[in-house]
Formats: sequence, C-alpha cells, structure tokens
Amino acid sequence: MTTSLTAQGVTLRYGDRVVSTRLNLGIPDGAFTAIVGPNACGKSTLLRAFVRLLRPDAGQVELDGREVGGYPSKALARRLGFLPQDPLPPEDIKVRQLVARGRFPHQSLLAVRSPQDKEAVDKAMTAAGVTDLADRLVRELSGGQRQRVWIAMVLAQETPYLLLDEPTSFLDITHQYQLLGLLARLRGEGRTVITVLHDINQACRFADHLVAMRDGRVVAEGNPSDIVDATLIKDVFDLPSVIVPDPVTGTPMVVPTLEEE
Amino acid sequence: MTALKPRAAHRATVISAAFVALILGLGLLGLCYGASWSSPGKVLAVLTGAEHSVVILEWRLPRVVAGLVFGAALGVAGAIFQNLTRNPLGSPDVIGLDAGAYTGVLFALTVLSGTSAQLATASVLGGLLVSAVVYLLSSGGAFSGLRLVVIGIAVNAMVTAINSWIVLRAELEVAIAAVGWSAGSLNGVDWADLWIPFAVIFVLLALMTSQARAMHQASLGDSLAVTTGVTLGRLRLLMVLIGVGCTAAVTSVTGPIAFIALAAPQIGRRLVGAAGTPLLPAALTGAVLLQGADLLAQALLAPVALPVGVVSTAIGGCYLIWQLTKEVRRA
Repeated sequence: MTTSLTAQGVTLRYGDRVVSTRLNLGIPDGAFTAIVGPNACGKSTLLRAFVRLLRPDAGQVELDGREVGGYPSKALARRLGFLPQDPLPPEDIKVRQLVARGRFPHQSLLAVRSPQDKEAVDKAMTAAGVTDLADRLVRELSGGQRQRVWIAMVLAQETPYLLLDEPTSFLDITHQYQLLGLLARLRGEGRTVITVLHDINQACRFADHLVAMRDGRVVAEGNPSDIVDATLIKDVFDLPSVIVPDPVTGTPMVVPTLEEE
Repeated sequence: MTALKPRAAHRATVISAAFVALILGLGLLGLCYGASWSSPGKVLAVLTGAEHSVVILEWRLPRVVAGLVFGAALGVAGAIFQNLTRNPLGSPDVIGLDAGAYTGVLFALTVLSGTSAQLATASVLGGLLVSAVVYLLSSGGAFSGLRLVVIGIAVNAMVTAINSWIVLRAELEVAIAAVGWSAGSLNGVDWADLWIPFAVIFVLLALMTSQARAMHQASLGDSLAVTTGVTLGRLRLLMVLIGVGCTAAVTSVTGPIAFIALAAPQIGRRLVGAAGTPLLPAALTGAVLLQGADLLAQALLAPVALPVGVVSTAIGGCYLIWQLTKEVRRA
C-alpha cells in the first residue's frame, strides 16, 4: 500500500483550541478512504490541513514527498480537489457556469476557455448526472441536485485526489446512497477519494480504508472488515453495539444496543 | 436547452448596444447642454474639427468625459468591494472610503498648498488609511463581509465628523471651497485637472481586468477559492488597492460623489443577468448613472448648476433604503 498524501506529526489548531497533536496518517493511493468519528473529533480539521486551508503548527503535510505548502497555488489545485461542507454558490449562476469554475487551475491569466476545458466540463457533468440541468440556475435546484453540481465542479478540476467534507449531510437517504455510489465509481476509475462521513455503516459499506478518529487522534485505521468491532465502536463513539454483517454487502454493520431511557 | 443560449447571447448584444447608445446619447446631450443650447449638428462639427468652439471643447467636453470616465471608475470600485465583501452594501462610499479620501483632500487644502498632485496623493492615502482601519477593526477571527460593512458604516460616520471638524477649523476661504467640494461636483473641471486621475484610473482598470477571473473565482467563498488555486491574500490586497485608487482618483477632483459605486454594480448585474457582480456592466452603468445625474444636476435648477453629488445622493438614498430593507429580510 503506497501513500503519497501524508500527514507527519502534524499539530493542528483552530483558533486557540489545539485539535490534534503530532498526528500521523497516510492516505492509500487509489483507495476510497472514509474518516469517521464523533462530532468535533478533528475530522474536518485534518481534511482542511491536507488541502492547505490550515497550516500545521508543527509537522508537515506532504504530497509526493513535497510539502503541500511548497506547491504553487494552481499546481496544488491541479492535484487536490476539495469540496467544503456547505459551499455557497455565487448569485444567479447557472449550472454549467459553476461547473466551469472548476477549470480555474488549468487556465492562465487571460486565457479564454480551451477545448479541453469544455470537454472536462462536459465529462464532469455527465459523471455527476447534471447534464440535463446545464442551463438551470443553481439556486433553483433541490439540495440533492445542487450537491451533484458541486461534485461536478470538483470533478471538472480533474484532480487525482478528491477530498470531501461530509458530502452527504444535507441529502435524503436515496441521494446519500447515489452520491456514495458515484464516489465509489470515481474511485474505480482511478481517483483517490477521501471523505469525512457521519454514518459509520455507509463508511463500512463504501470505503476500502476506514480511519476512526477521536479527540484529534487516529484510534484505528484499515479495511473496515478488519478493524470494526464492538470494542472500536465503544472506544470511538461511546456506543454499546453489536456488529452484524450487512445483509446486502457483507461489510460490518453497527447495530446500537443502547437502551432507551 | 440549447435554445436558451442564442437568446442569452442575443440579450447580451442588445444590452451592450443599448449601453453604447445611451453613453453616446448622454455624452452628446452633455455637449449640447449649457447656458446656451448648441445643436447636435454644431457639436459634431466642432468634434470633427470643422468648426471651433472653446465652450464645447474646453468647458463641456472635459466635463462630459470626466462624467463618463469617473462614473465607470466608481462603478468598478463598487463592484470590487461588493465582490470582496460578498455583500451588495459593501461599496466604498458606504464603508467610508469616499469620506477618507475627502479627509486627505481637506488635509492637502488646509495644511499643504493644494496642488492637483498633492490632492491626488492625499486622497489616495486618506482612502487607504480608512480601508486599513475598517479592515483591522473587522478582521477579528474569520473574514466576514457583513461585519466589514457594518463597521464601515460606523467608520464612515466618524470620518465624516472629522471632516466637518476640519472644515470648521479652516480659514474662511478654504472652508468655503471645501464645503462646496464636499457635495461632489463636476462644475468647472477642465483638462488640466484630469490628466493625472485619468492616467491612474486607466492603469488601475487595466490591472483589474487582469484580475477579473480570479475575483469571480473568489466569489465561490474562501475555501473553494484557495483549493482551486486563487492566492487569496494577494488578490484581496490588490483589489483593495485598486478599489481605493479608483475612488480616490475621482474624489481628488470632484469631491465625494456618493451612491454611484453602490448602485451601478447591482443595476448592471441585473440588466445583464450575469452570475456574481461583474466589472464591465458595473463600469458601463456607472458611466451612464454619473453622466445622467450630472445632466439632471445642471438642468434641475438651471441656470444654477447643482453639485452632481446632491442628485446622486437623493436618488441613491432611495436605492439604499430599498437595498437595506432587502438585506434585513434576507438576514
């Protein structure tokens, strides 16, 4: 298992609050990595450090052996694509225009759109299933459609890495599974997917590599089938549970045994 | 779906043509209008060199060109700050930059000798100083457009008070000149006043054109701007410098002309139906607004020429109230 995107001994701080101290984590190339953990365990903070939105107090984040801080802005943006938790579209923007914004790191100062740009935008919209919406205003779309448009924008960036911060938060259950299916498909096409997820069962079902965090530390990482058991769930979430195989996929499924009070 | 595209392109063509026609029309009207009316035929003859008229070439023409160029500069300055703050109220006149530039002008008039180079430099410095104060006061924690606007409104009030104080302390003659100036006026501008500000505005607008794509990219919000390759810190600094520079270049000649910068970008955006707050529609709308307001100012109480700032403030005040009520509903 090779890891080209790594955090080495990073200490991360949000304002005055130290979130993680000397954390180590390597992201396996070409895998679907899901980061799970209770609220405020440092998942999103870690993701932001990977894409250089947060500079570590100590340690370093490296991509291909080079510190991410050392890359020129656009060069890094051609490698790492990121979707924050609740992005806000510019006023009166249409779907195609928003998706085309993903091409920014591939364009020079004044360059007009190239044929490659158009092709990448078309491909991204097809992959995310938003081609039919191309001329609609983004603000008139439903939550599920809008999230797919944002995904298309990041896809148009054509980065080998996709980092997503809780991409399923505002979606209903059907759209959640459709989105995760899309991410799994992208991983199948050779991209490395790293996503913060709330739902441990969805993480077990879709991820090849699970990272369980608590209090800013990595408690366990590995294939979900190898690492998820009742002890881990107790350690990470303080939740008593039994683990059964998912009746559809056979991946671990967490069933809480918490009694109602 | 594809049927929409020709219609959108058609709309852009129609609106561009309408803008050009309006600008030429208002420009021509400005050259015809004055103490005595000159026919459009005569104006065209003078412009092509067939006839000669000092009134048209040396009095009216600089005023009309200044109205259009300064209007465009104010429109762009407004669009820059509205993009920066991601808020339709974040315009230089609302957040105190006009007032700050005017403080600089007052300083140059009262303490220095008040040459046009001094006025230009002092107004830029005044604008920069106020923008630095507003930025520092509003930058505790994460950058927030709305907080910057609210703090800017407060700073604007304070700087306006300081301006009044300086005028009160000044010698009578200087004070009279300064008060006349405070309303913002194109009365009596001539070519000699205009070269420096025009050159500054030209350079700044060219520079801003090169940053337009990055500015629109930044309207995706800080996180996405950075992760798609915008160097946000440098872009913001550049945008502030350009926006302040445009505002100050205009203010150093005319005094503060309020509300053009506030209204032009939003009106332009709605007319064109574009995403975000683009620069070109803001510039064109600004040119039309300022030139139109200046014509109104000359005609309303003719033969007394009102300062254009009075007209733009009267119209713009209504616009501001409307925009504020919308903002309150949105929040």
